[in-house]
Amino acid sequence: MNAGTVQANDRSSWTRVCSVDAVPQAGGVAALLPGGVQAAVFRVPSGAVYALSNIDPFSGAAVLARGIVGDTNGVPFVASPLHKERFDLRTGECLDDASVRVSSFDVLLDDGVVFVREPWP
Amino acid sequence: MSRTLVVVGNGMVGHRLVEAVRAADVAGDWHVVVLAEEARPAYDRVGLSSYVDSWDAGALVLPGADHATDERVELRLGDPASAVDTERKVVTTASGAEQPYDALVLATGSRPFVPPVPGHDLPGCFVYRTIDDLDAIHAAARRARDGHGRASGIVVGGGLLGLEAAKALRDMDLSPHVVEMAPRLMPLQIDDGGGALLARLVTELDVTVHTATSTAEIVRDGNRLVARLGNGTDLDADLVVFSAGIRPRDDLARSCGLEIAERGGVLVDEQCRTGTADVYAIGECAAVQGTTYGLVAPGYAMAEAVAAQLTSGHPATFPGADTSTKLKLLGVDVASFGDAHAETEGALEVVVNDAVAGTYKKLVVSDDGTTLLGGVLVGDTGEFNTLRTLVGRALPDDPAAILSPDGAAGGGVGVDALPDEAQVCSCNAVTKGAITSAVHEGGCESVSGLKACTGAGTGCGSCVPLLSKLLDSCGVEQSTAVCEHFPQSRSELFEIVAGTGIATFSELIARYGSGNGCAICKPAVASILASLGTEHILDGEHATLQDTNDRHLANMQRNGTYSVVPRVPGGEITPEKLIAIGEIAREFDLYTKITGGQRIDMFGATVDELPRIWRRLVDAGFESGHAYGKALRTVKSCVGWTWCRYGVQDSVGMAVELELRYRGLRSPHKLKAAVSGCARECAEAQSKDFGVIATERGWNLYVGGNGGALPRHADLLASDVDSETLVRLIDRFVMFYIRTADRLQRTARWLEEMDGGLEHLRSVIVDDSLGICAELEAAMHEHVANYVDEWNAVLSDPDKLARFTSFVNAPEAPDPTISFRTERAQKVPVLLGTPEVSRS
Repeated sequence: MNAGTVQANDRSSWTRVCSVDAVPQAGGVAALLPGGVQAAVFRVPSGAVYALSNIDPFSGAAVLARGIVGDTNGVPFVASPLHKERFDLRTGECLDDASVRVSSFDVLLDDGVVFVREPWP
Repeated sequence: MSRTLVVVGNGMVGHRLVEAVRAADVAGDWHVVVLAEEARPAYDRVGLSSYVDSWDAGALVLPGADHATDERVELRLGDPASAVDTERKVVTTASGAEQPYDALVLATGSRPFVPPVPGHDLPGCFVYRTIDDLDAIHAAARRARDGHGRASGIVVGGGLLGLEAAKALRDMDLSPHVVEMAPRLMPLQIDDGGGALLARLVTELDVTVHTATSTAEIVRDGNRLVARLGNGTDLDADLVVFSAGIRPRDDLARSCGLEIAERGGVLVDEQCRTGTADVYAIGECAAVQGTTYGLVAPGYAMAEAVAAQLTSGHPATFPGADTSTKLKLLGVDVASFGDAHAETEGALEVVVNDAVAGTYKKLVVSDDGTTLLGGVLVGDTGEFNTLRTLVGRALPDDPAAILSPDGAAGGGVGVDALPDEAQVCSCNAVTKGAITSAVHEGGCESVSGLKACTGAGTGCGSCVPLLSKLLDSCGVEQSTAVCEHFPQSRSELFEIVAGTGIATFSELIARYGSGNGCAICKPAVASILASLGTEHILDGEHATLQDTNDRHLANMQRNGTYSVVPRVPGGEITPEKLIAIGEIAREFDLYTKITGGQRIDMFGATVDELPRIWRRLVDAGFESGHAYGKALRTVKSCVGWTWCRYGVQDSVGMAVELELRYRGLRSPHKLKAAVSGCARECAEAQSKDFGVIATERGWNLYVGGNGGALPRHADLLASDVDSETLVRLIDRFVMFYIRTADRLQRTARWLEEMDGGLEHLRSVIVDDSLGICAELEAAMHEHVANYVDEWNAVLSDPDKLARFTSFVNAPEAPDPTISFRTERAQKVPVLLGTPEVSRS
């Protein structure tokens, strides 16, 4: 089945999340997107902002925004607050289990405001 | 078909036999009947002297000794065997019962030898063998203490057991005298030089030593006794303990016609078989090819050999015994190994006697000086493990160089010199070869890995330093780095933060680390900053360092909701507060459960509900219980003398005082504590990081206990201390732990891995050997003075409150993934699907 371009565009429209200052340095916040989708928005010390699905794929709980943000060999990650699996903030890939990844969301910074949208399917 | 094994004797060796048979007898072929003389299950007789610390016989009971859950074992306490009919294969017990057997094992042990001195059977004369003996000595000591000034006791016999007995008397507040016929103490194990030093060291510890003299007579003098010594001295005393050696208990064997060795003991072959079919003898009652052994390790080896024969049907032999001894007597380290007395023909002795340092070391070597035959160490037994494994082998260096502190590599023998067959762990018979192959082929990279893989170091633990050295020599770098961001260990980071006053993670990592940190170093540093500083853990950049639970001052559960635990100090709570908790739980529809730490846990709170729940709790007079923190959890207590008819102190009052003192203190891992009001120990204090047990004269302090996956009985650190001393010692203990432990290392593992173990800990925090106690106490006073309730602080700070929202862009919206169902009349989480997993 083809969802169609127009539909996909609607689903993926940008959601205004918060001012970038509301995202803690080296931390995250959760944001609610249309359709009950949850994003976890992170800021790393370099100033870059990333967004992943907030759902921890190992537990199904919406908690990734509450994880610790760090880096390993320069790769920025968030560690799940439940069992500490680490996810690459750039791609959503799990660094501790290559067969698992979470959705990575698009991020737009506009005049100090963070916008997020679901990725293209 | 089931066969019956009758074990006569329920000492340590008899118990080991039963355990070994039950472990190997998977099919359940054997029904085991144990005939025990004493009324209590098998206990640690080697540790008998420690009974004096607590007077808690339960603490000495060997694990599993009651066989309560094993229906294949029938333990008949207090009904010893009185006769054996080896024709009919039946044992008759003292109660007249007849018990048939298919196999019979005699493990009757030995009896104390009491020299036929006139007066040896007067009231006030005792032996030192059983818990009952110690109870009797204790009662007499107590009567004596009540009578006049300093009470005193005489120990007849200056061997290993005699010195143990002297320690027990000293611990009972008696002034001990030791009388030894030989010219030195411990004549069997050590030589004159070592004995002289040992006598000097124990004399400094308040023991009066009389060597080279006999006890000629004991006479009554009013309420007291007088021992007339062969050298003309008269010693006044309140009691006399005979500890002049042991004799095998072979009377049962004699009466049923078994062959007895020339010098006593049931004569058995190397498979521990008597001359009569299906009858074995093991332990101190057995004379293996004519030789009896008075140590527990050879007895265990005999038990294992017989168990193997019974369960496999194949011959198994007693491998012979390493009679090396290493022990601490009255605080003095003493060891002997191999041919300690240079009895080998042509043997040479090399001695280093350092009277200033208080050490005596002797090596016995072959006539050409190249092969190690044995040795004696007094005052410092650090080299014992290495030297013992070298017996019978070529020495790696000149003997004098090995003994000299200025010798090669600071003296001693390197692990490289050990041959592969050398036994590194004698408890579990693990050789150096097995360990190095576990490293090279098994991929073990740490001491804990070696413990899990080879079993080495899991018995007495004395070889753990050797394991570490072996890892080094195999080229394994045992990193103590916290993680990839900090090359330092946690305790090094602690000292850096303490020394520099650095107050933020970003400054610390910029100056002493690299990168941006991770889920290992951030909480570790957060904990150090919290231990040393006074800022709130959610202040500024500290907030994002905190581990899951600390981050929201509540415990995250599997569905992302939280549980809330208010502090209930000592488990004492008013009806009003109970009602308040009930009302709040009802209002927020929280699942409630009583915790193991004597408080109430409320589950199912969403992150945005936490401040509102805590507003209500704080208004009702509650404060944070720190169930979420690596911090003091609870100080559990029994009800104590206020109510309990057995209690001897106010355990609840002490628990409340301790819990309020240490609440909120961040530590390397969680801290649990308990206070029991009497020796019955209802608060289970010996399974806690620090546990306090009331005595009639004060408090006993235990440290390093643990429940959980690796349970550990706590060690007694101090006994009969008053409340003020107790608190001071705990202050020091906890602060020393916080300063030096690894991240997420409980006190049990910290103590196990501490160089020098309990003795070192005691010297640091009781005797202040490092001179840091004032510092430790000051740090604790600082903590106590600056304590504030974390939750109350959050409630009054809008910035912190803003973090307790579900969504940054929709603070009022509930998390749509959270739902509950009802189970046993309460809500529980609906298990979540995992819709987002995409596995490629």
